[in-house]
Formats: sequence, structure tokens, C-alpha cells
Amino acid sequence: MKTEWPLWEVFIRGQHGLNHRHVGSLHAPDAEMAIKNARDVYTRRNEGVSIWVVEAAHISASSPSDKGPLYEPSESKVYRHPTFFDIPDEAGHM
Amino acid sequence: MTDRDALFEYLLRLGDNTLVLGHRVSEWCGHAPVLEEDIALANTALDLIGQTQMWLGLAGDVEGEGRSADDFAMLRDVWDFRNLLLVEQPNGDFGQTMMRQCLFDAFHFDLLSGLAGSTDDRIAAIAAKALKEVTYHVDRSSETVIGLGDGTEESHRRMQAALDLLWPYVGEMFMPDAVDTALHEAGIAPDLPALRASFDTRIDEILRQATLVRPDNAYAHSGGKTGVRHSEHLGHLLTQMQWLQRAYPGAAW
Repeated sequence: MKTEWPLWEVFIRGQHGLNHRHVGSLHAPDAEMAIKNARDVYTRRNEGVSIWVVEAAHISASSPSDKGPLYEPSESKVYRHPTFFDIPDEAGHM
Repeated sequence: MTDRDALFEYLLRLGDNTLVLGHRVSEWCGHAPVLEEDIALANTALDLIGQTQMWLGLAGDVEGEGRSADDFAMLRDVWDFRNLLLVEQPNGDFGQTMMRQCLFDAFHFDLLSGLAGSTDDRIAAIAAKALKEVTYHVDRSSETVIGLGDGTEESHRRMQAALDLLWPYVGEMFMPDAVDTALHEAGIAPDLPALRASFDTRIDEILRQATLVRPDNAYAHSGGKTGVRHSEHLGHLLTQMQWLQRAYPGAAW
């Protein structure tokens, strides 16, 4: 029998209008307790207005060993950055 | 007994309940079975100590002799304390702590809901603030009792044993005396026997989901909130809680 609680990843939204951000992880027996534990572990100092939790096992991640083929090709493609346009002053900050 | 004496006595009861339970729960700090529960228990303890500051602070104002919340907490002896017997009972194992918490939280929630409508504005304001914290406490403790009661064979056995052990301390919470009656008649505090029905409904549902059996023993220990007969455990708790102020009077930091 497995005696460890599953691992959950915790995402907190700091203010209305901002995105949820990954803040850390914790153990809990189920989703409801994971939210409660996240409340107690990660929002003690007024950090959040909304909590998401997801069981870590349900997250699919890219493999670090694929770093080369996945990310290096974009390093040489500066033309993908929209830095070659003259922005009219009237447009302001973009 | 004057109205002021009754109010003072009542505020000591409120503040001593949260003080003694807050200290008990804080004893878990660094010892809880998992990190997440350790932090959650410390949060609960701090909520209760915060409520204590408000209740005992107001008690000092009502008494009018210049005593502060710290004076009440650190410089009184066992017979001056007015907390329920339930909250001074030892932590036992984690299950016993959570069962004690759940029984108190269920009572505390209904009590504070009543006090939030008090005719005394100061009491209503403190109760409204505390109620938000206690809404979370009862949510958490009842879910833990359900999870452990309806858990493994061992956790079920431990939770039933905790319930059987603590049940005789439930009755005192709802037994009114002259102080409770006077405060109720003045519109300051809710009617204790009337709270019992709501408590029973909530606890019966929790126990049903937790697959635990409510003891049919109606016997109730008493003497905590009147200060007449505390259990031996309170004295031991106070020696730990108060030793610094006793050894170094007036120490501050």
C-alpha cells in the first residue's frame, strides 16, 4: 500500500486580473485538502485571492535532454522578434 | 453579581477558551505528522491567540483595573481560569487533537455566530472578525475527522477512541449558569441550550461521514468555565506557558 500522499503543484493568483503563478508544491490526500493546505502554506501573508492545485503526476513536461532540438533552433531567428518596425510616436508604448 | 461582573466573567471565558486551546494547538509546532499539518496547526493556534488578545483585552477594559491581556494570560493561576475542560485536555495523538478541535470548532462557530449579533458592539465586532477564522477551522477539522474516521482500520480505531474519550467534555459547553443566563437575557450572548441543536446536527453529519459512532453516554464533566474544578492538565499547561514571565517578571522583547 502506498503510504505517501500524492504531490500537488500549487498556483496562486495574487490579485484580480493577474495570472495564477506557480508558487510551489505540497502533499495532500485529495484535491480539497490540497487547496486547504495551499491556503495554510502559501497564503499566510496575504499572497492570494485564488488557488489552483493540480496533482503533479498530471503535468506533462518537456524533457531536459531535448533542449537542443526544442529550443536552440529559435535562437538564430531574430526576424521573429517584432523589433524591426518603426513605431509612430502617437502609438505610445507597446 | 453586577452586570459588569457577569460581563467580565463571560469575557474571561471567551478569552481563556481561545488562549488555552491556542496554546495546546501550538504544542504541535515542529511535531506534527507532516509539514502541511504543522503549518496549518500553527495558523490555527495563532488565530486563537489573536482572538484571545481581543477578548482578554476587552475583559481588562470592562474590569477597569488596568490589567492587560498579557496580565490575564501570564499572571493568573489555575483557579482564575475560566476555560472549558475540553480545551485543556492533552493533545494525545494527532487524531485526538483533531477530534477535540472539531468538537470545539463546531461549538465555537455557533457561539460566535450568536455573538456577532450581540447588543454589545465591541463583542459583536470581535465575534464577526473571529467568525471568519473559525469558519475555516471547523471546515478543516471536520474534514480531517471525516478523512481519518473513514480512513484505515487504525485511523478509524484511533478516532473512535478519541471521540469516546472527549465526548464527556461536550456537555459543559452547553450548560448555562447564572453568568450565561444573565448575558443572554441582556441580549449580549446567545442562549446556550439553543445552540445544542445546531451542534448536534452538524456533529451527527460529520460522524456519519466519518463512520464513527456517537457515544450514548450523556454524562458531562463540569467545573472548567466556573473555575471550580479544572482537570490536573491545566496546571501543567500553565507552568509551560507562564514560566518565562514567572522566572523573569516583566520580561519584554
